[in-house]
Amino acid sequence: MDRLPTWADAILVPVLSIVIAFAISAIVILGIGENPINAMGIMISGGLGSTYGWGYTLYYATNFMFTGLAVAVAFHATLFNIGGDGQAQLGGLGVAMAALYIPWPNWWLALFGASAAAALFGAAWAAIPAWLQAKRGSHIVITTIMFNFIGSALLNYLLVNVFRPVGSMDPATANFPKATTLPNLSSILGLVGIPFSNQTPANVTFLIALLACLLVWLLIWHTRFGFALRAFGKSEPAARYAGISPVKITMYAMLISGALAGLMSINNVMGESGRLVLNSSEGAGFIGIAVALMGRSHPLGILLASILFGFLYQGGAELAMWTTIPPQLILVIQALVILFTGALDNMVRMPVEAVFHRLGKRRG
Amino acid sequence: MSFDTIVSILDSTIRLGTPLLLACLAGLFSERSGIFDIGLEGKMLVAAFFSAAVAYVTGNAWLGLLAGIASSMVFAFIHGLASITFRGNQLISGVAINMLASGITVLIGQHWFHLGGITPALSGGARFQDVALPFAQALKGVPYLGLVYDQLISGHSVLVYVGFLCVPATWWVLFKTRFGLRLRAVGENPAAVDTAGVSVVALRYSAIAIAGILCGIAGTYLSCSLAAGFGREMTAGRGYIALAALIFAKWRPWYALGATMLFGLLDAVSNRYQTIDIGMLHIPNQFMSAVPFILTVVILAGFVGKAIPPRAGGEPYVKER
Repeated sequence: MDRLPTWADAILVPVLSIVIAFAISAIVILGIGENPINAMGIMISGGLGSTYGWGYTLYYATNFMFTGLAVAVAFHATLFNIGGDGQAQLGGLGVAMAALYIPWPNWWLALFGASAAAALFGAAWAAIPAWLQAKRGSHIVITTIMFNFIGSALLNYLLVNVFRPVGSMDPATANFPKATTLPNLSSILGLVGIPFSNQTPANVTFLIALLACLLVWLLIWHTRFGFALRAFGKSEPAARYAGISPVKITMYAMLISGALAGLMSINNVMGESGRLVLNSSEGAGFIGIAVALMGRSHPLGILLASILFGFLYQGGAELAMWTTIPPQLILVIQALVILFTGALDNMVRMPVEAVFHRLGKRRG
Repeated sequence: MSFDTIVSILDSTIRLGTPLLLACLAGLFSERSGIFDIGLEGKMLVAAFFSAAVAYVTGNAWLGLLAGIASSMVFAFIHGLASITFRGNQLISGVAINMLASGITVLIGQHWFHLGGITPALSGGARFQDVALPFAQALKGVPYLGLVYDQLISGHSVLVYVGFLCVPATWWVLFKTRFGLRLRAVGENPAAVDTAGVSVVALRYSAIAIAGILCGIAGTYLSCSLAAGFGREMTAGRGYIALAALIFAKWRPWYALGATMLFGLLDAVSNRYQTIDIGMLHIPNQFMSAVPFILTVVILAGFVGKAIPPRAGGEPYVKER
């Protein structure tokens, strides 16, 4: 059968998948006795109707951009890094240690230091599964799942027994020093005269996430390493024949992936809460899977998908506030997006291919 | 440590190990047929919810069990559709199933019961009661053996006995029947099975259906026997621990019993003690909860006995290229 034209492959099939996912979500909303059009209205006005809503949308989107890029880089080497959540939590540990133990003179130096620590800790948490995959052939999906649980047990221990300030009941670190507070988006946009709500957690990390998208794009499509990465992902024997070392590619891909997931924590740990709490990533590592699938592992797609998911999160929170729909609706939408754009891709693709095939025949 | 304490820890080992055992055997059927199943967690969770919901409404735990199995099988069927019929990525499908389960249970639970996603507490016939085996009362007085028989062997819910019976049953089906031979073959070399004129699709769907049934029983046990009702995310990672146990057991039924009971024991011990002191060593509770995962990574690394998965695992079967 003929291959699909590029535009159908990159845009038509994913858009159809998402339409199906949203249609089923609408049926679910109907099923629990609410009006889906009404719900959509609340979500849009809550998530995009004000700079306050946009602030939260972009804050969530920043998290998802990092975890989405993390999943995507590994995907290009046909590695499925399901451990983004653990890597992000460990990244949070790096941020917390950098912010608490080093006396930073100002925020931007602190940002550099904390970013380095976040990337390092995230990469370190991905390194063991990567090494086991590269050297011992242990399935990376299983090992990264295991490392998610090991990571959350480790953080639970550290937060309860090591980092908890004396006299505090909360399993969390002390508040970070004032000097490490990141400027929020409203003060940055204020510099160029754009009024923006200062009540949201959106901060300078959003710009770093945009930069990360650009850098990942350059890395994957404009460097020798990126070429090797994609070649390895397309065909391991061919890459091996071309002199590309599978061990090196697996290690580097996973280290970059882990570092990106870790970097997420400068947004939520340093930018938002100003201290490290239990389960700081709140499942953002798993949303990265949905984002990467939906964005077809391309940074531009990931950027758009992150903003969509950021909107869904903020809109979902508003929905929970004004209706009886619990915020878990977002989990359902997210699951359906993963199901249709990821696992059931062929279900959408096959009929589209058949239509194109028939059209092609009629013309030819 | 007194004899009573040991018996009581072993008793909770059985209670906590049973859902792991059932889920582990579910994964065993699925993965032996070549279908990776990281959706054990999600299937258990939907079963836990629907069984508790139906048991509450009808007041009958057995109807709850049926509902639990049915809901788990619906999810298993979605996984089959994605990974067998449409030859999608089995791991991604599993992730989606787990997420779908944790969302939809709260959504429907809130709509039905208005309790923030939990079901009302189950009591009486809506719960599986503990079964006293014959002579348990009479033998109670016998030193040591009486206590073991009364506490450890007798006095569990019927689903615990079902779980333990599933071990020899699984062994028999997999290694002593024609179906089992074919099932194992389809996980190793589906093309050969296909050449022999046996349907790969039918075999894999039946494996997934069995996995659905077993996860259904596991979930029902959680909400209608171990606990009295459904709570949000009540599976709490048990599906993943079962997955770890499956690898630890090298995809074999009797080893699965050993692995799940070992992990059940770890759970029971960490429930009972905040920290464990062995001489100078203080083992924190959190470490105990991570042990199943650490052990699995070690086994996967192949330093201590290599775990070799079914060869065709995770790969969709394409008849013609």
